[in-house]
Amino acid sequence: MEDFGTQAVPVIPRLRRYARALTGDRLMADDLVQDTLERAWMKRHLWREGSDLRAWMFTIMHNVYVNQVRARIADATIPLDTEAFNVPACGSPVELLEVADLDAALRRLPDEQREVLLLVALEQLSYSEAAGALGIPVGTVMSRLFRARERLRVLLGGAPAAATGVLKVIK
Amino acid sequence: MNQRDISEADLQAHVDGQLPESARAATEAYLREQPQEAERLAGYQRQNQSLRDAYDGALDETVPAHLTAAMQRGGSKFQRWPHLPHLRYAAVLAWIVFGGLIGWQLRALQSPGESGRGAPAFARQAAIAHVVYSPEVRHPVEVGADQEAHLVAWLSKRIGTQLRVPQLNEQGYALVGGRLLPGSPDERAPIAQFMYQDAKGLRLTLVVRADADRSRETAFRFAQEKNIGVFYWVDQKLGYALSGEIEKTELLRIAHAVYRQLNP
Repeated sequence: MEDFGTQAVPVIPRLRRYARALTGDRLMADDLVQDTLERAWMKRHLWREGSDLRAWMFTIMHNVYVNQVRARIADATIPLDTEAFNVPACGSPVELLEVADLDAALRRLPDEQREVLLLVALEQLSYSEAAGALGIPVGTVMSRLFRARERLRVLLGGAPAAATGVLKVIK
Repeated sequence: MNQRDISEADLQAHVDGQLPESARAATEAYLREQPQEAERLAGYQRQNQSLRDAYDGALDETVPAHLTAAMQRGGSKFQRWPHLPHLRYAAVLAWIVFGGLIGWQLRALQSPGESGRGAPAFARQAAIAHVVYSPEVRHPVEVGADQEAHLVAWLSKRIGTQLRVPQLNEQGYALVGGRLLPGSPDERAPIAQFMYQDAKGLRLTLVVRADADRSRETAFRFAQEKNIGVFYWVDQKLGYALSGEIEKTELLRIAHAVYRQLNP
């Protein structure tokens, strides 16, 4: 327990990278990291020595993020059932132009898809680590990962994958 | 393994290099037969790479000192909390600091002429009782500290709940005694006042009442009535107000001690 801080410091750059991709904003990202570190420090007795500290801290960051997002959008929107949200928001060339940039495209993903994609593709967590961090079954990780990738591909100008039969094109 | 055994999950795992050894041969065979699928997966791998290209820069940046400090012993404001014996104690500290900050900000917001006008009735009532009784030389209290057991029993009976009297000797204030006061006009219930004084004769009063709204517990709040500072809070169905004509930080320190004694 004494060296929790020593072990946690090397994780900070990873948390910052993830937070920046997640929020798309430097300041928001560092605020998220700070909140995560504070929470992690207060809860450090809950961390089992020897288990993966990085995955544990991603779990905390996820919880902090969800709470922040929930607080931010509580008045403005109602949550969408994004599992039913198969249709990518593609269509007009103008729209495609707007999301030509990867970062902008990431913003267009539902939070839960973006989190899965970033934990797996960017942070290279195993599927089960990502499932643990997000508190969801591995099967859900797989389906969100697939949706996120497809959606991102379409947002970045690729053709929808008609062959898979999962994504439908708007007529 | 034939082609039907290849799931989308296998294909995703192929992208991320997380495919179990047992499924590898079949998946690769499938992709050789389905170049379109192979291309789709290659696209996903390019996505992985572009994500890392876009955000890896964050790994090489110097971590801001305030973030590192959060994880180093002795360097941060939240370091000391977990060393305290009880979480409750940490929560109390937080409330007190919060209350202090709010009080400070309120003070800054109020113009001198308005100071105290916004203070809730309870704080105002406590401040008035302080002003009336604390200058008393001969009869500051109805029952003196020499009859403390009687004082507590009597006030507890009249307030309608078991009271405890905080001891503030450690803070430099000795109990003088206590008295019963009328409650506010719309609440018939009486309130109890305990008086303390320090070696120089400077007095503090602590007012306790059974709080009508039993559901709420509040943070420490601060109100200023002319020269009288009042910290007040609700805890476990009792409302408290500590009043004194002393520095706010000092009053806060004592309010802290009172709270701690009432919540061991």
